[in-house]
Amino acid sequence: MTFEKIHTENMVLHYGSKMALNNISIKIPENKVTAFIGPSGCGKSTFLRSLNRMNDLIDGVKIEGKILIDGVNIYDNNIDVVTLRKKVGMVFQKSNPFAKSIYENVAYGPRINGVKDKNQLDEIVESALKNAAIWEEVKDRLGDSAMGLSGGQQQRLCIARTLAVNPEIVLMDEPASALDPLSTSKIEELIVQLKEKYTIVIVTHNMQQAARISDLTAFFYLGELIEFDKTKKIFTNPEKKQTEDYITGRFG
Amino acid sequence: MIKSFKKNIKGILIEGLTLSSALIIIAIVVVMFTVILIGGKDQITWEFLTSFPEDGMTKGGIFPAIYGTALLVIIMSVAAVPFGTITAIYLTEYAKENSVIAKTIRFAVRTLAVIPSIIYGLFGLGFFIKFVGTQMDNAFLGGQLKWGQPNILWASLTMALLTLPVVIVSVEEALKTVPKDLRAASLALGATKWQTIWKVVIPGSISGIMTGTILAVSRAAGEVAPILFTGVAYYLATLPGSLSDQFMVLGYHIYVMSTQSANVDQTMPIQFGTTLVLLMLTFILNFTAIILRYRIRKKKTD
Repeated sequence: MTFEKIHTENMVLHYGSKMALNNISIKIPENKVTAFIGPSGCGKSTFLRSLNRMNDLIDGVKIEGKILIDGVNIYDNNIDVVTLRKKVGMVFQKSNPFAKSIYENVAYGPRINGVKDKNQLDEIVESALKNAAIWEEVKDRLGDSAMGLSGGQQQRLCIARTLAVNPEIVLMDEPASALDPLSTSKIEELIVQLKEKYTIVIVTHNMQQAARISDLTAFFYLGELIEFDKTKKIFTNPEKKQTEDYITGRFG
Repeated sequence: MIKSFKKNIKGILIEGLTLSSALIIIAIVVVMFTVILIGGKDQITWEFLTSFPEDGMTKGGIFPAIYGTALLVIIMSVAAVPFGTITAIYLTEYAKENSVIAKTIRFAVRTLAVIPSIIYGLFGLGFFIKFVGTQMDNAFLGGQLKWGQPNILWASLTMALLTLPVVIVSVEEALKTVPKDLRAASLALGATKWQTIWKVVIPGSISGIMTGTILAVSRAAGEVAPILFTGVAYYLATLPGSLSDQFMVLGYHIYVMSTQSANVDQTMPIQFGTTLVLLMLTFILNFTAIILRYRIRKKKTD
């Protein structure tokens, strides 16, 4: 097994008095695509959002246990959330570009990190757009509003925007669920390429998608991590009956 | 089923009654406009707008009143807009929706909005002039009277208090139209909360901030009571050149012309002219605000 990038131990999450995640222990390796699957409300998105502390924004969320990234507990008191989120980027379900130009969308992250040099920004923007496989489509209209792009292009732009901050981990929350099949396959190809440089964790409702692109798959059900293994194993020969029932479509 | 004649008559009567009260409203507006327009239209000349009153204010123009009104609303905006915007930012971005502090602020804002404007005038006199101004004179000028008397600064600040609720409510409404997704995107890129507000939320609600400003300006342009004790003057031969000077204002000028003039009948054209100018000014401002607000609402539903 490769280096464990993310490691949680007995992680428990409450929404107010309701327990949403129970005792999650998982080791997610570096430079792999790890997929979280499970029926709606199983906690997979909530768990994903715990990994860059986006849950902090929701009132009444309480987390116990350990979430280690590179061996550091990200819920320790001395952790700077802003620095954490630069290291652990996130792509959302619905593409959410800013109402700015394509260029300014990608330059947003570097700019808030204090990059002012125009040449340096140009380089970062170009390389992020190339990494997100959208450079060829937008290179001649970087000054145009991002709102004019198609849904699939907007989502790849959002991926580029995330990559421009130079994260080590990219969390994706159903990044292709609102897209047409062609855009979806572009995003999927992209995710497979991205694992060379980044550790990818993706939440998906689409089991074929998980099977196609992920190296490892975690199955969540009712707030618990039921099974976590190589994707091939999960989809061909799962250990648990619940996993088998879910992937064969008997529920969920 | 045959309608009873009695019921039918009753229905017609009620409809007629409601319609006629609605028509009365329209009639009032039409009459008001027609009278002011007819009385004032010949008065509005370049000369009238750009010259000083003459002959004991029985002739001449209203330039000092226009100038004073403009200066008042500018200084007021400089005070009220940032202050109101910051309060609105606190309410939407920082305070928890149902926290005691948020509820208290909202209650205070609503209360400010219903306080009669003359009370603002009294407050301005007591607080800005008698307290702050006098303290300033004592501290910096050895008790020489400069700030402890009515002037355009205190009048503008008093007016700013009056218009604060308008600014706060409009800006809050605009801030709320910025989608949560965009805030999340910015935070997920490692932006701080303040960077997110400054670079994403405020640019996204700039038209709402402008709407609030314009509504506040239009309210302030027409109000007289708050500045009555705090800085407005009956007549000045010179334009205000410093924040410690008094000033003339359109609304007060109408009052002066129609009640304090040596010859009220003779100044009638000036009264009409001034009224028409003030009315046009507030109309244009309100109309602009309505268009801006309409655009924001449209954006919200898109």
